[in-house]
Amino acid sequence: MKNGIEAALVGLAAFGALMGAAFARDSLFQAHAWILFFILAGSTIILLRRVKFAPAGGLQQDTKAEDTSGYMDDVIRYGIIATIFWGVTGFLVGVVIAAQLAWPVFNIEPWLNFGRLRPLHTSAVIFAFGGNALIATSFYVVQRTSRARLFGGNLAWFVFWGYQLFIVMAATGYLLGITQSKEYAEPEWYVDIWLTIVWVAYLVVFAGTLVRRKEPHIYVANWFYLAFIITVAMLHIVNNAAVPVSFLGVKSYSLFAGVQDALTQWWYGHNAVGFFLTAGFLGMMYYFVPKQVNRPVYSYRLSIIHFWALIFLYIWAGPHHLYYTALPEWTQTLGMVFSIMLWMPSWGGMINGLMTLSGAWDKLRTDPIVRMMVIAIAFYGMSTFEGPVMSIKSVNALSHYTDWTIGHVHSGALGWNGMITFGAIYFLVPRLWGRTQLYSLRLVNWHVWLATLGIVVYASTMWVAGITQGLMWREYDDQGFLVNSFVETVSAIHPQYVMRTIGGLLYLSGAFLMVYNVYKTIKGDIRKEAPMGAPAAAISPGE
Amino acid sequence: MSFLQKHGIIERNLGLLFILSLLTVLVGGLIEIVPLFYLKNVIEKVEGMRPYTPLELAGRNIYIREGCYVCHSQMIRPFRDEVERYGNYSLAAESMYDRPFQWGSKRTGPDLARVGGRYSDAWHVDHLINPQKVVPESIMPSYAFLASTKLDTKNIEGHLKTNQLLGVPYSEEMIENALADMLAQANPEADGVEDMQVRYPKAASRYFDGNKSELTEMDALVAYMQMLGTLVDFSVYKAEENLR
Amino acid sequence: MEYETVRDFSDSWGLIYLVVVFVGVILFTFRPGSRKQADKNAHIPLKEDD
Repeated sequence: MKNGIEAALVGLAAFGALMGAAFARDSLFQAHAWILFFILAGSTIILLRRVKFAPAGGLQQDTKAEDTSGYMDDVIRYGIIATIFWGVTGFLVGVVIAAQLAWPVFNIEPWLNFGRLRPLHTSAVIFAFGGNALIATSFYVVQRTSRARLFGGNLAWFVFWGYQLFIVMAATGYLLGITQSKEYAEPEWYVDIWLTIVWVAYLVVFAGTLVRRKEPHIYVANWFYLAFIITVAMLHIVNNAAVPVSFLGVKSYSLFAGVQDALTQWWYGHNAVGFFLTAGFLGMMYYFVPKQVNRPVYSYRLSIIHFWALIFLYIWAGPHHLYYTALPEWTQTLGMVFSIMLWMPSWGGMINGLMTLSGAWDKLRTDPIVRMMVIAIAFYGMSTFEGPVMSIKSVNALSHYTDWTIGHVHSGALGWNGMITFGAIYFLVPRLWGRTQLYSLRLVNWHVWLATLGIVVYASTMWVAGITQGLMWREYDDQGFLVNSFVETVSAIHPQYVMRTIGGLLYLSGAFLMVYNVYKTIKGDIRKEAPMGAPAAAISPGE
Repeated sequence: MSFLQKHGIIERNLGLLFILSLLTVLVGGLIEIVPLFYLKNVIEKVEGMRPYTPLELAGRNIYIREGCYVCHSQMIRPFRDEVERYGNYSLAAESMYDRPFQWGSKRTGPDLARVGGRYSDAWHVDHLINPQKVVPESIMPSYAFLASTKLDTKNIEGHLKTNQLLGVPYSEEMIENALADMLAQANPEADGVEDMQVRYPKAASRYFDGNKSELTEMDALVAYMQMLGTLVDFSVYKAEENLR
Repeated sequence: MEYETVRDFSDSWGLIYLVVVFVGVILFTFRPGSRKQADKNAHIPLKEDD
């Protein structure tokens, strides 16, 4: 009886959510429990409609779960769709909050105020877009490089749907005002517990697949993915350690207080960047770039050094978020030293990625997917250069608390994470859906340039805004008085806030092109167009 | 060298790769974070620090709920311009009861570590209801709904108890009187005001939102903001005794 | 456990341990004869059968 047990379990959970709503100690928990109930009840109905009583194989079935010989790709197809969906959502919310900062009338209290939408934006792009991209690609890469099917059967489906549930609960929680206020770790205790369960299942699927591999060596991309999964688990559990006021209420109090809490949070926050947004996505780079250019990685041994140096150095760098605060001086210095040293492995990795193209540089001209990936690696190099610069204490004194940080984060997130993910999506979609090629390579090219232009506009305006504001804050007149009131430094950067919104819109419109391109590819259409790299390409922007 | 010949073991053995990666990432965190639990200036109390009153704690939770930390830091760095703009630089001890901390990472708006007492209650209420009416160039969203939302007083003693469990020095007496203290702080005509002020020195009792008839979320938030950074008396504070 | 003890331990033995491990990683990655194996490993993604 396929789906029967699943339906029963989800139904039971729906009942639990209903009880949660009935006995909630506060109104927010009640609202959240109702949301959970409707999601689970809906899922139960869908599962029930899919229950098959006939013996397996006796009927034409809509899933391929019975065929366990090849790779398990269904869940990856879902993952790619989810990645695209959450990506567009996250970019859209980003444009909205950028507009809110330029024109506060876009705030709609209480649910759509900046303070509640901003965590929604960061979580949507990091955990929903980035997380789904990592889960889907890691499932793809680990199967191919191990030449083994995903371990655990339907456990992979549990990881996928469980992760979507986490995202929806986190997102609706932010809008309701349910937050721990720890940046990039905002979900409250019960959502955190759920994520822990899903994450352990993810580790089991991933590591289990590696265990049953037929290839003696574990390919380096899997090292990066594995380090990402393990470290994120550790960071998540430690940083979210909290005691709830009631088991039927949203509120919890952190196990750590004050300085300890601050350092724990930025140990987490910085390494979320290091392991979620860097290590995981490097796993992507080390697989998809060699595949797309059809050449092995430039230096395999360099990639191993890259791996150890990165995970060794990154974990120390967290205190650079807390310079000149009440954090002890020596911890700040330690953080600075390691942050600057991080520049080395980062650039080693960048060079390794770029040089993979050596001997195939013409692909930059003919293959916009390669172009996308190369720009991603270039932005990885740029933001990992900017990062150590900003972690020098005297630079940080100016840049901290300003939009420079926001610009830096976005050159990494939009440039590196976004672009390498788009590249992987364009690589995967034709293969996963059995199409000979993408609907249109020229649309990919448009996406490349729209996204690049968007990032450049975004990062440069935020850089200007940050330095302008940082300098205005510390500007003195001849008599030794501060020149600017705070609000003068806010209105001074209004033009940059407007430009930033435009940069975000450009990036978003590129993503919409991708949605269209992917949709048409899945449908099986092929656009009639002149091939890339032919003379006609000379007119394409940026050439 | 036999060690070098065993290299392949790591590359082939998943368990080893797992443990080595985990060890590598654990070490940095342990060395940086663990000492903080033993540091004098991190864990020692400074004269004047006390736990939040129940009303301030409720206000703080609204501050967190609305994501104020996204745009406002509560951490004044020891620079001349910051000290002149915002007041004495922040001490570690000043956030010792903050679970979680609210130092923030971005100043889209000004730092609030010492905003307490800088403006009148009425200014805060007007500003939260319509920021642009008070500061025309402000880009802050409106929080008018706080003035019309009744404060949830249910289980406030549970909040104190949880903090006590974690080590915040709330006494049994404070927990028992949590609700009474909360009401007394927002109602200067109540009987329990003096008792409340014995338990929580320097706690002001006022109609923070100017509305005598109802205890609103605005009361709590303004009460919280008006105490921010006011507990330590810097005219008697000796920095040398609390070396970093 | 005193703060000073932790501190002293970290910036002496802790530091030595980490440096040794790190140098060890580099040494064994570039040990003689590793190139052949590495080149073979680098081809893993390219030899799959979709």
